[in-house]
Amino acid sequence: MDLAVKLIVLLPLVAAAIAGLFCRVIGDRPAQIVTSAALLIAAALSIFVFTRIGFGPDTLKLVVVKISPWISSGTLEIDWSLRVDTLTAVMLIVVTVVSSMVHIYSIGYMADDTSIPRFMAYLSLFTFFMLMLVTSDNLVQLFFGWEGVGLASYLLIGFWYDRPAANAAAIKAFIVNRVGDFGFALGIFAVWVLTGSVMYDDIFAKASELAQMRLVFLGMDLNALTVTCLLLFVGAMGKSAQFGLHTWLPDAMEGPTPVSALIHAATMVTAGVFMVARLSPLFALSPTASAVVTLVGAATAFFAATIGLTQFDIKRVVAYSTCSQLGYMFFACGVGAYSAAMFHLMTHAFFKALLFLGSGSVINCLHHEQDMRKMGGVREKAPHTFIVMWIGTLALSGIGIPFILGEGVGFAGFYSKDAMLEAAYGVHTSVGVIAYWLGVIAAFMTAFYSTRVMFMTFYGKYRGDHHTWDHAHESPVVMLIPLYVLAAGATLSGYVAYDWFVGADWADFWGKSIAVETTREVIHHLHETPVWVKVMPLIFALAGIALSWLYYIGMPELPARTVAAFPRIHRFFFNKWYFDELYDWLFVKPALMIGRFFWKKGDGAVIDGLGPDGIAARSLNMAGALGRFQSGYLYHYAFVMLVGVAGLVTYFMLVMR
Amino acid sequence: MVITLGHYLAVASVLFTLGILGIFLNRKNVIVILMCVELMLLSVNINLVAFSAFQGNIVGQIFAMLVLTVAAAEAAIGLAILVVYFRNRGTIAVEDINSMKG
Repeated sequence: MDLAVKLIVLLPLVAAAIAGLFCRVIGDRPAQIVTSAALLIAAALSIFVFTRIGFGPDTLKLVVVKISPWISSGTLEIDWSLRVDTLTAVMLIVVTVVSSMVHIYSIGYMADDTSIPRFMAYLSLFTFFMLMLVTSDNLVQLFFGWEGVGLASYLLIGFWYDRPAANAAAIKAFIVNRVGDFGFALGIFAVWVLTGSVMYDDIFAKASELAQMRLVFLGMDLNALTVTCLLLFVGAMGKSAQFGLHTWLPDAMEGPTPVSALIHAATMVTAGVFMVARLSPLFALSPTASAVVTLVGAATAFFAATIGLTQFDIKRVVAYSTCSQLGYMFFACGVGAYSAAMFHLMTHAFFKALLFLGSGSVINCLHHEQDMRKMGGVREKAPHTFIVMWIGTLALSGIGIPFILGEGVGFAGFYSKDAMLEAAYGVHTSVGVIAYWLGVIAAFMTAFYSTRVMFMTFYGKYRGDHHTWDHAHESPVVMLIPLYVLAAGATLSGYVAYDWFVGADWADFWGKSIAVETTREVIHHLHETPVWVKVMPLIFALAGIALSWLYYIGMPELPARTVAAFPRIHRFFFNKWYFDELYDWLFVKPALMIGRFFWKKGDGAVIDGLGPDGIAARSLNMAGALGRFQSGYLYHYAFVMLVGVAGLVTYFMLVMR
Repeated sequence: MVITLGHYLAVASVLFTLGILGIFLNRKNVIVILMCVELMLLSVNINLVAFSAFQGNIVGQIFAMLVLTVAAAEAAIGLAILVVYFRNRGTIAVEDINSMKG
């Protein structure tokens, strides 16, 4: 068991090292084989670990493997250690399965690229950092993984470094994440100051004490636990692209599509949700922080969906959808339904990775065309992609048939999204109800924009140039296999895992890995919500699909007429709520101005002017003045010597006498 | 008329001043400068010999002999340098010797 855990985490690192350091020696194909094989082994081991931990006896619910000491300074003791409980085991499955599928898919998708080993090495390196993040047993190791995935994300967004847009997007992602990480770091410091430890077990043991303590922050005397949780949540907001710190995620689509699927849909962006769930014993005790989490999540779910309605870049629609779905997970965490949030995290990883890889397949098919206005009718050329994309879309929209076979039968999102919305309604708080209604409206928009992608891409007549159309082709088998594997996940994971995550077996399954009391209460409420609460999301989703059909198949002139009828709202949504413009005006421009001021005035005028340049100019002046004494005439020198001698003699006569 | 030490010193200082003026007022020839330097040395010699005689101390006269020797050597070296300089530059006019001008 210990060995399996170690192998899961370290195999990707070894594979990354082999592919990254020896890429010139071993070439493309071995690099692909090494990394993919390492990830497949890790995925198989993860499934083994998951079954042992999720369904094993209570004594086996938590495995901690110490690797080596890391930091030992005074009372601060931090080890490299791998902690696996149910929460981590779920993440292990998600990360390794999606990552291995993306590795295999990349073999096909990146076949024409010139630096394949580098790409595979980055992917494996990312996987290693993500696994470090989820297996950490203290906040500092969590932070190590957190920054590591940020680094890998930066490297992969900017993978095509000869494209200026990709570089800009990579830098933007890195900088926006620094904002969140600053809050996260402050949160870790606060935890250390308040509890004297960064180990999860120690922190959780002191959680109820923390709830009573006060902390002076920014001159205000506040509840220590609330401040700490909010600071940590700022970190989660940055990484998970929540309202306000989301601007990097759509731009991150400049990276290769497998990267978008792995990092910016399935795993890295869910790290924030994982962190909140991991620290749920803290969040559960702070009603204020939980309410903030709920509201931010609900706002993100709603606002990202509105933007998704209007975009034309196929990847950006899916990116905003990711942002919106992460919002769902956060409000589920906020109302205390941590298990439901993790449930959606898992199902979302499958169907969103599927949607991204499917979009990648479409893009590959149409020679790197991403604009949906130039697509249409692709189902003739790519029938397999067409099928799996429908599965992903229906799973994302949460389509299923309720009231049969227990909880109903449907795609993965049907179970997980309903569980979260029911939990939000079931807690009967005002923020919960707000989150429920925003979530239901967002579910309507989700169904609309995701089927819009389907209709615009696969139906109707092709709208691009016929040259591309003639060369359009279905993706190779190596890309289709991962698509079908993920499609199976998107179809079945909800039905299979419902009982474990939020159904009858949840208490046995989760053990003590999330805040047990709160979850028990919320799950109790969740199963007692009225019938209309359960059905409402489905009705809204079906309405969304119907409306989308009407707009893009039934009456294709409707979109233009709607835009003409509400030009302002459309412009507002189409321009992404003007967030980029706002930040540009608020932060980027002033930062550039300050930078230019310090460059021109501070560095150029003051430091260069007074320092190197000034001193040099003054010595030149002095030298010019002194140089004029050197007339070169012998008698001048002789005269000066005589004057000197006379002066000396006079001095001796008058003074030394 | 009794010749006192003051007379000797007066002659010596007049000679010394002539030497100085000769250096500065002369714009023509480096040899004149050399001669003026000799003149100044001789005036110093007069001082030494005069003090020696009036104090009855032989050391001053011995020192005067030493100065004469040094002056002779100096004249020899100075003239030799001048000859070399003339060969190289073709002139020993004071105005033209300004290669040290800054």
